[in-house]
Amino acid sequence: MPTVTMTVNGKAVTGEVEGRTLLVHFLRDKLHLTGTHVGCDTAQCGACTVHLNGKAIKSCNMLALQAEGAEITTIEGLAQNGTLHPMQEAFRDNHGLQCGFCTPGMVMAAVSLVKGKSNLSDDEIRHGLDGNICRCTGYHNIVKAVKAGAQAMGGK
Amino acid sequence: MHNFAFHRPTSVADAAKAIGAASDGKFVAGGQTLLPTLRQRLAEPSDMIDLSAIAELKGIKVEGDGITIGAATTHTEVANSADVKKTIPALAHLASLIGDHQVRQRGTIGGSIANNDPAADYPAAVLGLGATIRTNKREIKADDFFKGMFETDLAEGEIITAVHFPKPEKAGYEKFRQPASRFALVGVFVAKTGGGIRVAVTGAGPGVFRSKELEAALGGNFTADAAKGVKISANGLNGDLHGSPEYRASLVSTLAARATAAAS
Ligand code: FES
Ligand code: FES
Repeated sequence: MPTVTMTVNGKAVTGEVEGRTLLVHFLRDKLHLTGTHVGCDTAQCGACTVHLNGKAIKSCNMLALQAEGAEITTIEGLAQNGTLHPMQEAFRDNHGLQCGFCTPGMVMAAVSLVKGKSNLSDDEIRHGLDGNICRCTGYHNIVKAVKAGAQAMGGK
Repeated sequence: MHNFAFHRPTSVADAAKAIGAASDGKFVAGGQTLLPTLRQRLAEPSDMIDLSAIAELKGIKVEGDGITIGAATTHTEVANSADVKKTIPALAHLASLIGDHQVRQRGTIGGSIANNDPAADYPAAVLGLGATIRTNKREIKADDFFKGMFETDLAEGEIITAVHFPKPEKAGYEKFRQPASRFALVGVFVAKTGGGIRVAVTGAGPGVFRSKELEAALGGNFTADAAKGVKISANGLNGDLHGSPEYRASLVSTLAARATAAAS
């Protein structure tokens, strides 16, 4: 079987995969990083969003072998030394989740979306989160959370 | 998804070799269309040849009087490129409307064009601007490249390396988005070029096409009103649960008018 080597949340990892193994399955089943969710089979829901070299992508829509040599960050890699990332904190403060299933993907997409921009309009945020579906919240508090998170991140 | 052998060449020459050696090989770049297709088992390649590690396929350069975009350049890179925004703002705008945030960071221009989905955005820009598609074998004019639904002039194993877009005097793109798929229910690219007016329509028919009626109307008078007044025939246009052929026909002139108004 082929092997793949990448950096996940700052640690170098190597694993055997099949050609067809999706990045999300490598993360969940081999590395047991189950914070990254699978919510659909059509690459539409965004629950599987992770960062590939700092950019949000859908890990169900990429082969594990395509991530050779890449730096991957999952939701588990956002908090530093037990302190939540400002975007995670903003989701908590603004009640930006209900069941929480979409949340890891929302947070990862949001962090990528607001990079370099601390002031986003509601409209920009709603359009920016096109690739993430939430079945619970009605999005209202998610938008509030992303706005607050962007401000807390200060354009970083 | 069925299993396959995976190859990750670092040069176009090696990619061509790999596809030549495969019994039923397929290229993958961003994979934003191909991976869902594989998961539905609509394709079962023996070998997947990943083009995303080939540096020579990436990047955006100002070249002559236009812009050359490497085939493996992502939609986000095109949308954010200062050179594209300056030279052909309508192209950057079009790239910013494709799919969603995550899809744009993986999907590539070469993949979009090679796949030639009848509702994809890029074919409208390529045809509307009269771009040239460069491959590892030759150059193909946009007017000869698109052959109808999911069909192009590419030969088996031929690799798109870049697309060259000549700078128009003015161009605009407007899209009526199908909100679930984010593809164009209809999208219209209008361009005023040295060689005349070009209008390319995506989403409305079995493949991207030029609208002679709109080109004639805008040729005399490049204004939104001129486009708005054109009655497009619904004959041969797509009809589905999202919109009838008549509805799409009406969208074509409406969007052409908006694209003309927005053209810069
Ligand atoms: S699981 Fe990846 S988009 Fe739904
Ligand atoms: S909080 Fe339940 S799906 Fe978003």
